[in-house]
Amino acid sequence: MKTAPSFMDRKDLLALAVLAAILLIAFPVLLDGFRLNLVGKYLTYAFVAVGLVLCWGYGGILSLGQGVFFALGGYGMAMYLKLEASSVENTKIQSTPGIPDFMDWNQLTELPWFWQPFHSLPLTILLILLVPAFFAFVIGSAMFKRRVSGVYFAIITQAIAAIATILIIGQQGYTGGVNGITDLRTLHGWDIRTDSAKFILYFVNVALLLAVVCFAMFVRDSKLGRILVAMREKEDRVRFSGYSVANFQIFVFCLAGVFSAIGGAMFTLQVGFMSPSLVGIVPSIEMVIFTAVGGRLSIFGAIYGALAVNFAKTSLSESFPELWLLGLGGLFIAVVLVFPNGLAGIWRDYVQPSIDRAFKLRSKDPADPGHDVAKQASTLPAE
Amino acid sequence: MFGDYSLGDLGAIFAMQGFAGLILFSVYLLMALGLAIIFGQMGVINMAHGEFMILGAYVTWLTSVFFSEHLPSLFGIYFFVAMALAFCASGALGMLIEWTLIRRLYKRPLDTLLATWGLSLILQQTYRSVFGPREVGVTLPDWMMGSLPVTDVIEVQINGLFVMGLTVLITTAVFIMIFRSRFGQQVRAVVQNRQMAGAVGIDTEKVDRLTFGLGCGIAGVAGSAFTMIGSTGPTAGQLYIVDTFLIVVFGGAASLFGTIASAFSISQAQSTLEFFLSGSMAKVITLLTVVGILMLRPQGLFTLKVRR
Amino acid sequence: MSRDDKTGFHSPLRRKLLMGMAAAPFAGMMPKTAFAQTPATATVNTTGLAVTDTEVTVGILHSATGTMAISETGSIQAEKLAIAQINEMGGVLGRKIKFIQEDGASDWPTFAEKAKKLLVQDKVAAIMGCWTSASRKAVLPVIEQYNGMLYYPTFYEGLEQSKNVIYTGQEATQQILESINWVVKEKGAKTFYFIGSDYIWPRTSNKIARKHIENFLKGTKVVGEEYFPLGHTQFNSVINKLKLTKPDVIFTDVVGGSNVAFYKQLKAAGINLEKQTLITISVTEDEIDGIGGENIAGAYSCMKYFQSLDNPNNKEFVAAFKKMWGEKTVIGDVTQAAYLGPWLWKLTVEKAGSFDVDKIAAASADIEFTKAPEGYVKIHPNHHLWSKTRIGLAQKDGQFKVVYESPQLIEPNPFPKGYQ
Repeated sequence: MKTAPSFMDRKDLLALAVLAAILLIAFPVLLDGFRLNLVGKYLTYAFVAVGLVLCWGYGGILSLGQGVFFALGGYGMAMYLKLEASSVENTKIQSTPGIPDFMDWNQLTELPWFWQPFHSLPLTILLILLVPAFFAFVIGSAMFKRRVSGVYFAIITQAIAAIATILIIGQQGYTGGVNGITDLRTLHGWDIRTDSAKFILYFVNVALLLAVVCFAMFVRDSKLGRILVAMREKEDRVRFSGYSVANFQIFVFCLAGVFSAIGGAMFTLQVGFMSPSLVGIVPSIEMVIFTAVGGRLSIFGAIYGALAVNFAKTSLSESFPELWLLGLGGLFIAVVLVFPNGLAGIWRDYVQPSIDRAFKLRSKDPADPGHDVAKQASTLPAE
Repeated sequence: MFGDYSLGDLGAIFAMQGFAGLILFSVYLLMALGLAIIFGQMGVINMAHGEFMILGAYVTWLTSVFFSEHLPSLFGIYFFVAMALAFCASGALGMLIEWTLIRRLYKRPLDTLLATWGLSLILQQTYRSVFGPREVGVTLPDWMMGSLPVTDVIEVQINGLFVMGLTVLITTAVFIMIFRSRFGQQVRAVVQNRQMAGAVGIDTEKVDRLTFGLGCGIAGVAGSAFTMIGSTGPTAGQLYIVDTFLIVVFGGAASLFGTIASAFSISQAQSTLEFFLSGSMAKVITLLTVVGILMLRPQGLFTLKVRR
Repeated sequence: MSRDDKTGFHSPLRRKLLMGMAAAPFAGMMPKTAFAQTPATATVNTTGLAVTDTEVTVGILHSATGTMAISETGSIQAEKLAIAQINEMGGVLGRKIKFIQEDGASDWPTFAEKAKKLLVQDKVAAIMGCWTSASRKAVLPVIEQYNGMLYYPTFYEGLEQSKNVIYTGQEATQQILESINWVVKEKGAKTFYFIGSDYIWPRTSNKIARKHIENFLKGTKVVGEEYFPLGHTQFNSVINKLKLTKPDVIFTDVVGGSNVAFYKQLKAAGINLEKQTLITISVTEDEIDGIGGENIAGAYSCMKYFQSLDNPNNKEFVAAFKKMWGEKTVIGDVTQAAYLGPWLWKLTVEKAGSFDVDKIAAASADIEFTKAPEGYVKIHPNHHLWSKTRIGLAQKDGQFKVVYESPQLIEPNPFPKGYQ
């Protein structure tokens, strides 16, 4: 009847081009340095949101602990930068020069073993990718092999986020505690605090994001993506067809974790510090919200969702801090009740048809994944 | 650390520590009961549970202010009035929320999580606008503070006894209501098979609304009782949410017995660990153990066989 | 919102009186420009700050939402009061102060973002703000990079000093050492038990306290030290440990909602604070509002300011504060320190004759504020304040009775030798 969709059809390419044009041309031209840096910060959340589209939208696995992976990436990068900032001459007023200042305040006299690898940049980058993947693998294989799913998975990951926060805050000699790791200066000798560095980092961030988007689309359009959707709809039937459901779930959870970690590392670079306030329950849920607002089944939607919610947050909280929480709360409820497919759904149901009509550009391909998705989403499974 | 103490002292300490564990158990159970009904029986993830508790706390505060200004002679018993009002207020709000929001989401449990999280933000901001961003201090009648000396060393906290008594009372009431009453029969029928329950003439919508209201009402009573031991502020509700969910999940979501067992084991573990280790580590170890066990036994301690 | 009509100084006569009183003490030390006609904008603002011929903009950066709003509300109120009063008196260098308020939302990255916005986009001349150490640590690199001026009101752990920050609260040694000496002398205390929330300020404060007890005092020791996660509400186990160890002094730095839980449970467990000495460095009148005076009466708190201080400055301040924010509001230590921020900035600007941050930073040392509610403060060259330390005995009505006041101003020492 219809063939599986090929990787990146015309519509995807168009969407990618539009996204790239907005991020690479429109924003840098229109926004001043300060606002552009803010957009850069928002886009680091978009990494998490893209991961959640795969994991939650397609796989049906809602993780409320993505902040943990974001933090693993962010802390990894922060540890490297902190070690570089804590050279012996920078820290000579300490009782033990050459270790980060917060360790000195906590009477540590030498660098703990797990900080050692973060002296090297390549090793740091490797660990930023591997540690979250490993954690996701451990959590995922423990739970998915035992067929934990849906609500239980969400609550357990939420508890993990809570534990991680308490641990990081409690072990302040090793982690910087509630203050986080602050006062980061240079990346391999390159001062990341200057405006020009921030400008360059923005483009690095966008390039990485576009790469992640392409990879996510590749996964979505591969056989794996189809199996994920099938699993979400009828897990048992997929299992009876001879697929190892758990392995697919573990894989997509790891992937989402790694995406988040990349976002976290870029966050540290652009914001200049990492703190446990990005680990806990609240930020983890907020990241889910970005995805939901953008459209849980749309990779591009997730990015626009992260941007839109954060823009709204910044501008509303500048003018009406009291209204902001009411607005955010109302937005969540509206997204769930009225627009379960978020911005992407609104676009597809209202904007796209009128554009199509205007350009008489009728989609000839009946296997257009967008329409499939719309149908699937309108009947989200009961559990 | 025990070398310097006589056997009598040690015995007294262990007795008091056991009592502390029991208080913690009551607190946990009281927190979790409302959620166990809503989450366990209805499958709704109510992230605004803490905010319903805080509503109860604010109602208690308002009642205490009212009594001290208008009925100072009856101040000693205002707390009972406050708890009844807290139950009504939280229950009514719960039913309203069920009617406007939750009933549209029964088929999408994960979405109830998002929607109720949004609700919790709205409630927090509402409390902040109405009652101010600062904490309010709830004045308790004198007879509720202090302790009863049992021996020279052992003292029993009155408010601890009060919370324990309240927990026993509410738990018994919930059990009778769920397992012995006609309403409970209907609730269980709806849980086990919604369509069949509807087919035999149960008004499932009404049952849902009352169940949700009941859960929220119990949360309100818990919040009211917690003014004795905790703080009352716009964001205080968030403190309870993780513990509460873990207790319910650890017990096996659909089992009320499980909730009791899990509240008991978690509270004992935590209070014992807190005695031997420092507070932060005790919390981390308890939570890690619970999560570890849940990974190995995801269905929780007790499970109810339900045809899905 | 309208600010000017809400201040506490309506009567013109009273205003004149106040201006006279405030101006008199520093008439001698101030450059003539301060009293001359408004100096030209070009001369007082060479770095492109938001200063016009009639206005100067400052930022207020606190949490109006989130968990910290409980504590930071008082600071916002105090800063607005100070700004309104300064405007009543004619402003700074002939310019009215306009403020832009931003919400840090109890989230440290948001604090950094908003600080940057205030400096880069609004070009504010100074920022009054931050409360927690974490928010200050997040904001500090931004302030230093864009060369802003931050007036930070909270008592804090020390170990920091910046050209761009004036610390109007006490650093840890100022607050702690005096109180421990006092309790050892007055109560004959030998054993201490520390209980704190688990983050840097309590841990560093307790470290300083422990070093002082172990190294500098004879025959005293610490018998226990415990930390609980922020927001912890169950203290029965540690209360049992207190009963077991029977320390002479319980020394606490528990913060936020945990405070309420801790004192309520302490009282319920039958620990009578009239008999058991308890010293806290984290409970101000603000916290007692939530704890309830009857639950903490008998505890000692160690601060530089109490609402009940008996001096003319304070009486006027309390009256003005209540007039602006309501009879029921209470004023804690940090609120008073936040009130100092705009005043110290105004005095510094007038001494420097310029809004330029570099000139203000250089002129800050030895600025005196004689109208401070706490009595008298002076900025030390290390940008902390000389201040007295006081010990207050908590009363049932939620106020403190001052039982001790350090005879001299205590020198701020953010990097104490021998306490590291």
